[in-house]
Amino acid sequence: MSAQTTHQASQARTIRGVLLNDDQRPTPSGAASASLTYGWRALLKIKHIPEQLFDVTIFPIMMTVMMTYVFGGAIGETMAGTGDSSAAVDAYVQFLIPGVFAQTLVMITMYTGLTLNRDISKGVFDRFRSLPTWRPAQLVGALLGDQVRYTIAGVIILAVGFIMGFRPDGGLTGVLGAFLLLLVFSFCLSWVWTTVALLMRTEQAAMGVSMFIMMPLTFVSNIFADPQTMPGPVRAFAEVNPVSNVVGAIRELMEGTVDAGSITTVLIYCAVLVAIFGPLSMFIYNRKS
Amino acid sequence: MRTAPTTEPAVVTRGLVKRFGDNTAVDGIDLTIPRGGIYGVLGPNGAGKTTAIRMLATLLRPDAGEAEVLGHNVLAEPKAIRSKIALTGQFASLDEDLTGIENLVLLGRLQGFSGPAARRRGADLLEAFGLSDAAGRQVKKYSGGMRRRLDIAGSLLVTPEMIFLDEPTTGIDPRSRNQVWDIIRTLVDGGTTVLLTTQYLEEADQLADRLAVIDHGRVIAEGTPGQLKAQVGSGALKVRVVDPAEREQAAEILATTLGGGVVREADPTALTVSLQEQARTSDGLAALEQAGIGVETFAFGQPSLDEVFLALTGKPAEAEPSDEDTEEPDPAAAAAGDHTGAGR
Repeated sequence: MSAQTTHQASQARTIRGVLLNDDQRPTPSGAASASLTYGWRALLKIKHIPEQLFDVTIFPIMMTVMMTYVFGGAIGETMAGTGDSSAAVDAYVQFLIPGVFAQTLVMITMYTGLTLNRDISKGVFDRFRSLPTWRPAQLVGALLGDQVRYTIAGVIILAVGFIMGFRPDGGLTGVLGAFLLLLVFSFCLSWVWTTVALLMRTEQAAMGVSMFIMMPLTFVSNIFADPQTMPGPVRAFAEVNPVSNVVGAIRELMEGTVDAGSITTVLIYCAVLVAIFGPLSMFIYNRKS
Repeated sequence: MRTAPTTEPAVVTRGLVKRFGDNTAVDGIDLTIPRGGIYGVLGPNGAGKTTAIRMLATLLRPDAGEAEVLGHNVLAEPKAIRSKIALTGQFASLDEDLTGIENLVLLGRLQGFSGPAARRRGADLLEAFGLSDAAGRQVKKYSGGMRRRLDIAGSLLVTPEMIFLDEPTTGIDPRSRNQVWDIIRTLVDGGTTVLLTTQYLEEADQLADRLAVIDHGRVIAEGTPGQLKAQVGSGALKVRVVDPAEREQAAEILATTLGGGVVREADPTALTVSLQEQARTSDGLAALEQAGIGVETFAFGQPSLDEVFLALTGKPAEAEPSDEDTEEPDPAAAAAGDHTGAGR
């Protein structure tokens, strides 16, 4: 009993020893620093749960190989027009790789929302919201951390594409430019998923709604086929679809035919996405119970 | 440790209301919580404790009423409040995928420490809370007690003026519970105001300087633990008979001679009788002796908060503190000041 009391007294002394005085209080970190810190948290999660890289490694390989060889013969045939199926596939590879590159990264952005939805259901979310930091930092940081995931996925797709015979005329500069543009677009599109994640109560619901938005965005586009071949209303959607515009700009960059107009269009889409879904996400985030 | 204590209350709420759909979780709470010391909010599950604390910690917006925390309105100046408070939620407010030290460094950096300073601060806190050995382990592999200690350490990277502890000892073993109690008392000595919710009556009794009893989103009683107990009567007599078979007979005799309600405890030999007049205690014991019922021990004590709750709400508290699973002598119970005697 007395040994225990002594132990308690010494524990109390130790704890009192590590409490800071008022004048030792640091200024809470600013917007950029807080966002980077949350980004660091996202990277730590990759370190501790490397399995979560499955979606950015295996999935892109699967998509690239599958899409090319399933559609290559059929759709490529109309592009090559030679009747030779290997020439058709080769022609389709040049067309499809930039598209699959964009599609896969765009699809992976969805996981940002799902991760956030899981985060919210845990106690740590309350802790973060009770800190005196810039509140959007938690979301911005998560999106910044995801840039690493997108980069991994992008490198894998381009490597697989190269093995399959993809030879972009735009060279390394064109590919890097396209990559950068796609990362910017992915970051901006992610705000749609943060909004969905904050609105939906469960991860499954968030997944369902995200897929519902994702499928038309990626399939009713110029990724797999030329919209000119589609019937009127579908073609109209495919042409205004932001994903089509991104893919168009990426193809141009990779082909070395840079067009400032299409890049500007993509950046306008980016700005609009952030301007709508950024504040919307934060509005819901601040009122989340 | 704190400079210039002020007399302004730490928390003032007026008519605080929060609804979730049809359910009114908090139904008009008026509270004044003084600075310094421990303020307990006691109530069963679903009483509205967590909702109330989340509104004060600026995590939820009240639907009606007003609340000021440390001199700032929760709606007008939430950021000023956030810079002065810390919150330890009901479910550990930690990132379970990260290690102990990573959690503290993360919280330290967010609060403005540089990388190296946050790592130093984290290591110091882990050391003080006896968690150095687990620094590099993922939090999901921690025991309940370790999680709680890390959680509280996470609230102390910067010393808060006020700390909200939502059910800090729910679901942890008695030894860890005692450690958490000691930590909380230490914080108060350092000048921090503690607002603690609990469904354990014993915990409120042991820790709180003042407390509010909440049921169905309303404050049904407020005061010091002593004042609340005084509302219920002058005390209770706890008797343990030698032979469990004689307990029923003893209960009847005590009910007749002392005129109070008799509670048959889980222990088959134990009875608790609430007393109308302390002076007649000896009559009851004498009556038992006359009937030839062997009494192993008896104790005279203040009514427990459990009895307070029963008296205030007309029903027992839904969550009982489980004394049965106490592994070691509880220093708190020994210090409770009962007059205990062995008799025959």
